[in-house]
Amino acid sequence: MSQTTLQSQTVALTETGSDVELRKVFKVFNGETAVRGVDLTIGQGEFFSILGPSGCGKTTTLRLIAGFETPSAGEVLVRGQSMLNVPPNQRPVNTVFQSYALFGHMTIWDNVAFGLKIKGLTKAELEGQVREALVLVKMESFARRYPAQLSGGQRQRVALARALVNRPAVLLLDEPLGALDLKLRKEMQMELSSLHRELGMTFVMVTHDQEEALSLSDRIAVMNEGRVEQVGTPSEIYEAPRSPFIADFIGETNLLRGRLAQVDREGWQVETDHGSPIMVRPVADWQPGRGDAIAVSVRPEKVGLSLYPPEVKVNCFEGELQNIMYLGTHVHYAVELRSGEKITVMQVNTGGEMPTVSTQVYVHWSTQDGLAMPA
Amino acid sequence: MTQTAPPPNTPGSLDSVPNAAKKHWVGPWALLGPPGLWLVLLLVLPTLVIFELSLVPGIRPGDLVNPSGLDNYTQIFESVYLRVMLRSLLFAIGTTVVSLVLGFPVAYWIALMSPKRWRNLLLVAFILPLWTSSLLRSYAWISILRPTGVLNSFLGIFNLPALDILNQSPAVLVGMSYSFLPYMVLILYSSLEKLDLKLLEAAADLGATPIQSFWKITVPQSFQGIAAGSLLVFIISLGDFINPELLGGASSMTVSRLIYNQFLGPTQNWGFGSSLSMIMIFAVSAAVALLIRYGNTSSGKV
Repeated sequence: MSQTTLQSQTVALTETGSDVELRKVFKVFNGETAVRGVDLTIGQGEFFSILGPSGCGKTTTLRLIAGFETPSAGEVLVRGQSMLNVPPNQRPVNTVFQSYALFGHMTIWDNVAFGLKIKGLTKAELEGQVREALVLVKMESFARRYPAQLSGGQRQRVALARALVNRPAVLLLDEPLGALDLKLRKEMQMELSSLHRELGMTFVMVTHDQEEALSLSDRIAVMNEGRVEQVGTPSEIYEAPRSPFIADFIGETNLLRGRLAQVDREGWQVETDHGSPIMVRPVADWQPGRGDAIAVSVRPEKVGLSLYPPEVKVNCFEGELQNIMYLGTHVHYAVELRSGEKITVMQVNTGGEMPTVSTQVYVHWSTQDGLAMPA
Repeated sequence: MTQTAPPPNTPGSLDSVPNAAKKHWVGPWALLGPPGLWLVLLLVLPTLVIFELSLVPGIRPGDLVNPSGLDNYTQIFESVYLRVMLRSLLFAIGTTVVSLVLGFPVAYWIALMSPKRWRNLLLVAFILPLWTSSLLRSYAWISILRPTGVLNSFLGIFNLPALDILNQSPAVLVGMSYSFLPYMVLILYSSLEKLDLKLLEAAADLGATPIQSFWKITVPQSFQGIAAGSLLVFIISLGDFINPELLGGASSMTVSRLIYNQFLGPTQNWGFGSSLSMIMIFAVSAAVALLIRYGNTSSGKV
């Protein structure tokens, strides 16, 4: 099923012009498979993120596009051209490295001018472009400094300028903001986003930070153990995860595992491993049989908490409040159900009185908020 | 010689940091004591003695030391001695260039291309010759380079003309380069080993060919190692005595041989030997100053 949608997507995108295409790409290092048959089509001008935990093969995938690794099997295409046997220095892509990899023996100006000098531009020719790139990342006043004299955030900007100045077809970003502290990261996220809008260039970013991927990307590929588990827009990935891994990895969730017990008009009834029956919204393009293993994801912010039995009886369970985490804007509640399952509830802090630990509480959520997926 | 005494602690500071402050002042001087004494007895005093001797024209063993002028220094500027100094300089420069050209690829290969678990073994293999006496190594070169030696019997196999380079300058260059190459390799290795390979990837990413990356990234990034290795090899070849003496023959007179002759050879002119020594000490000190200046630049390292 997902195979056909992917292929129809591929056709659609090649017609409008895809910038990067990976076809059944494998990469094996000393007997260990880092990338297992990745198919991706990244459209022109897209901000595309490859998201996954460390060791999922996302960086290897990026390095395959850059040309630092050669695929063990499969093919990489950039702008429709096969990159087989094309060394990194001849590919129309540029990389922003995680460690920035700035040339310490050169000034900021020379770092940014490096690519253009290699292309054979004269000093006069490249001057305007280098200045423009430095202005773009707000580093024009640092041109004469050396990388060692800059802060992490400033180095990050120089690394961006050094790549952008070459006007690549595709800009590859390897965990570009990973080394920055939270506040700086937020700032740079905004700037990356506006740079992308301004330049209309295709950005391919590797990140393990799901929030970063959700907030910046047009589309996201979630990778796990060398495979792409799902490709979709941020809202698709968040609202309709296709696997328990994704549901768990993107945002927080309560995962309940069980078997399909009954298919009704208003929803599917799932018997969880712990015995509580829950109702979930049917999934449009998936028809599991009765008794099939099903995982149900319920986001903590969709779960209600009350001290008294609510009127609705569907998806309503009694439990004991075990822990309260006060987060300022939100409050996290950990509840253990009678059946032994643990449910996390997140509520907006409205300033009302909070229940105390060890009290009996009721958790409940609507059928619409239970997302079913193959376990 | 007494070192600067630790400054007396004021009562106030004694109250606040009683022992730590005291130790802080005494410790470094106490540590410096023994090596300081060593240096004064075996380096500073002898140098002063040599300097004194250099001011006595034509002094021979048994003469009274009676400093009376700079004649020994003006003697150096006679063309025959200037030629000797120039030859020493050229040997040292030649050895440095040969070691750098031969040593860089070796160090590069060991540091960046050889399998990691072999690296230490390869390095040790390269340094192994240093464990034998330099005298023996030079004798080995005699048996290789002499007219009926290994080199010429090898050339004979291919009907190539025999090379008669023993007791000539090329033999000295070969012997010195062979002797000091390991130092160059060691220093270059330790510098290349620290090279961030991501920089080479970044250069390739920006369009540089491997050759461009080498000249624009690898060489400048390992410049400290190149400078340190070159100066070290230059300094030790400038003062080398064994190779010119054993491999160079009469035509390859160097400053070190000249100095030897003034003290232990037939000439027995201690004054002139001392002035030559002072010039050498000065030249080597200048080179060491350069080494300290350029071997320590930390700017430009990320």
